Amino acid sequence: MSDYILKINGTDRHVSASPDESLLSVLRDRLDLTGPKYGCGEGQCAACTVLLDGEPVHSCITPLSAASEAKITTIEGLEKNGILSPMQQAFVEEGAFQCGYCTSGMVMRATALLRETPHPTENQIVTYMNGNICRCGVYPRIIAAVQRASQVPTKAGGE
Amino acid sequence: MSALEPLPAELAQHAIDDKPYWFRLDRRDFLKLFGGGLLVCLTDLSAVAQESGRTFGSHELPDDIAAWLAIAPDSKVSVFTGKVEVGQNIRTSLAQQVAEELRVPFESITMLMGDTDLVPWDAGTFGSRTTPTMGPQLRKMAAAARQLLVEMAAKRWNIDPATVTASDAKVTGQHTGQSLTYGELTHGEKLMKTVSAEVPLRPAKDWKIAGTAVPKVNGRDFVTGKHKYPSDIVRPGMMFGKVLRPEGFNATLVSLDTTKAEKIPGVTVVHDGNFIAVAAPDPPTAERALSALQAKWNVPAQPSNHGLFASFKETSKGKQDDDSPEQSAASVSQAMAAAAIRLHQQYTVQYIAHAPLEPRAAVAEWTNGKLTVWTGTQRPFGVRDELMAAFHLPPEKVRVIQPDMGSGYGGKHTGEAAVEAARLAKASGKPVKLVWTREEEFTWAYFRPAGLIEIGSGATHDGTLIAWEHHNYNSGPAAITTPYNVTHQLCQFHPADSPLRQGSYRSLAATANNFARESHMDEMAHAVGMDPMEFRMKNLTDSRLRAVLQAAADKFNWGASRSTPQRGFGIACGTDKGGYVATCAEVEIAPDKKVAIRRVVQAWESGAIINPDGLRNQISGAIVQGIGGALFEQIQFANGRILNPHFAEYPVPRFSDAPRIEIVLIDRKDLPSAGAGESGIIGLAPAVGNAIFAATGTRLRNMPMTPGGTVASRSAVENRSHQETAHDSRANA
Repeated sequence: MSDYILKINGTDRHVSASPDESLLSVLRDRLDLTGPKYGCGEGQCAACTVLLDGEPVHSCITPLSAASEAKITTIEGLEKNGILSPMQQAFVEEGAFQCGYCTSGMVMRATALLRETPHPTENQIVTYMNGNICRCGVYPRIIAAVQRASQVPTKAGGE
Repeated sequence: MSALEPLPAELAQHAIDDKPYWFRLDRRDFLKLFGGGLLVCLTDLSAVAQESGRTFGSHELPDDIAAWLAIAPDSKVSVFTGKVEVGQNIRTSLAQQVAEELRVPFESITMLMGDTDLVPWDAGTFGSRTTPTMGPQLRKMAAAARQLLVEMAAKRWNIDPATVTASDAKVTGQHTGQSLTYGELTHGEKLMKTVSAEVPLRPAKDWKIAGTAVPKVNGRDFVTGKHKYPSDIVRPGMMFGKVLRPEGFNATLVSLDTTKAEKIPGVTVVHDGNFIAVAAPDPPTAERALSALQAKWNVPAQPSNHGLFASFKETSKGKQDDDSPEQSAASVSQAMAAAAIRLHQQYTVQYIAHAPLEPRAAVAEWTNGKLTVWTGTQRPFGVRDELMAAFHLPPEKVRVIQPDMGSGYGGKHTGEAAVEAARLAKASGKPVKLVWTREEEFTWAYFRPAGLIEIGSGATHDGTLIAWEHHNYNSGPAAITTPYNVTHQLCQFHPADSPLRQGSYRSLAATANNFARESHMDEMAHAVGMDPMEFRMKNLTDSRLRAVLQAAADKFNWGASRSTPQRGFGIACGTDKGGYVATCAEVEIAPDKKVAIRRVVQAWESGAIINPDGLRNQISGAIVQGIGGALFEQIQFANGRILNPHFAEYPVPRFSDAPRIEIVLIDRKDLPSAGAGESGIIGLAPAVGNAIFAATGTRLRNMPMTPGGTVASRSAVENRSHQETAHDSRANA
């Protein structure tokens, strides 16, 4: 066990854990940040996606040690002062979910996409998002939500 | 409305009868609870087959309003139902219907769902039953409550009830101008009234809240991470559980050494019967304890995909489903003999996994002998029964709470994780969370049944069907009866021995039966030289099915372009559980024979639409999910092991698989609303298969149709299976 001060959603959080424990386990089971989801534990479904310094990672296969120096953003950190980020807002407006279990990972990865590519084409969205599984099959609406968020004339997608 | 009447055999398919655990526990506990060894007789799950909508086994549905809804002093309304929200959007659509009949704003309604201590008993959320049964049930309760409120106001004001109106959560005296909110009128008291069946309901054509595209009720909580799924539940002092799974199905334990695991600080090890598991203060320690268990198993030799379909036919002998309607095999044979054109074909579907993104999960807690379990299930009361059985408890000592979960698709009828977490919690004296790994979910849940379907048909030269024979081995009877007009027909389901644990799946066997039938209809259309759409219409009088077929064809512009080797167009239709669907698909065939679905138009009708946005979402989602089973999903197994229990080896539809989707909704306000979560999946596979044939001339009769991604690349396993079962395609053309 080692002690870490993690920078999560703009707050310092202390945690004692083994350096090779997965970031997902640390977030969910030690810090009660249950927004990132377990879907496969193998980096195959991306329900666990969080941002490290703005870059999307599969937190289920990211060891704690690899995240200890980074600014960690989870789905809980997107809403600011009660205002949803443009990507969150777009998902709500498009109704881009059914059970919603993939939504956290979808929103996080799409947020990263718009940071990289503020106005992606549909093909770019499909390629970038293809590692994220939605078993309910809501993909067309998620694409529409990303497109909607990309049209918001601010810091696209928020962070 | 025969389509809404559940078939006993189909409901039986929803039941997963095998119970993995029967704990011995400690005899003192047992005696303490039952004071002398009285055993509670459990509701047999096969009683599902007797569900009539009003009663289930010994459970009477409550008739008094208080059990179904409550009005608080602030006029907020709580509605209680045992149905659960799994992504199909009934939390929203049921609230719309209550708001409509009770005359309150939609926002004032809170749905309390799937908590066995709070809601009336319910068989479970399956079979597209929520909309046709729970919808009217809650509307009735709401309308009765409104009547009662009006009567209370009239009495208080001493005026004629006919002059009191109810709207916007208020009662108003039309002539006196007096007005009270519902909350002021009731003071939050329990409403007691026995509801008669004759409460008038507002017809769909006059709906103001129902019938509109109200957004998902708690949508915001899903984009902020606030919503707590079953696997997100945290309890004070909670431990984390892990179960040691056998090395294969039907394995027997040869030896077990728990010494090393027990030495790890904070770890509880349980070995009770065939249940071996650990609980630890954190997940990595639980993992470590699990791997410290040393077990030897004996796994018997067991079947594989190889020879599967032949085995269904073999083991079905003597098991003909007696529930099939009386039909004369002789008359079908005679008609077949008289037909100018005859076809006999075999179709297969493989086992597939539901793979809900949230695997089975539960948090269990014992307080003063009472067990509370938060878990993801489509049958909270069924899971309560399982817990009562496993722990020898009376119903009042078990509470199951079902937070809106990460879906199920028919795959979460059972309560394995709940029972396992409860056993660990009992042993450790602390709450325990257990979340199945993806591999566990792929292996130890249950599967959509595989099946073999044989269809024989006969037609006259002008394309009139005169004989039809449809035999389904193992996969199920849902939608087995042809909706086309055929004078002489025989449609039978033949139960068989399944080497894998199998059960419910979105639409059950309707997907398989419709795939076989609609592929066969396409084959027959080609055999008689007719356009597939024209051939269907010629043999179809069901006006609702004709309407969706025409609507899909119109939107798709069916017949405007001819299929080419690079681009094929296919059409299919079907009906099940009160839903009518027609699907047109456009596929693209690359030079390397790779298949891509480019465009799907689907027309849908299920009576009066309650929420067009939610409905559209369900129908579109069903199409996308259907792509997996149609093209590439299949469970590979051998010797009691699942060979592809990971998303890397079991591909599911992704963004790149989703075509352009256009939905046409037909709103029949004159007809009762039917469920729409399932049957939207049954048109996709045959429409795609027919489109592939139109482009390539290759008829794909086995689902998944392109497991290797291309028309040519049949997997080795499936090739063998197919050749074992395939006959010549045309008996006498």
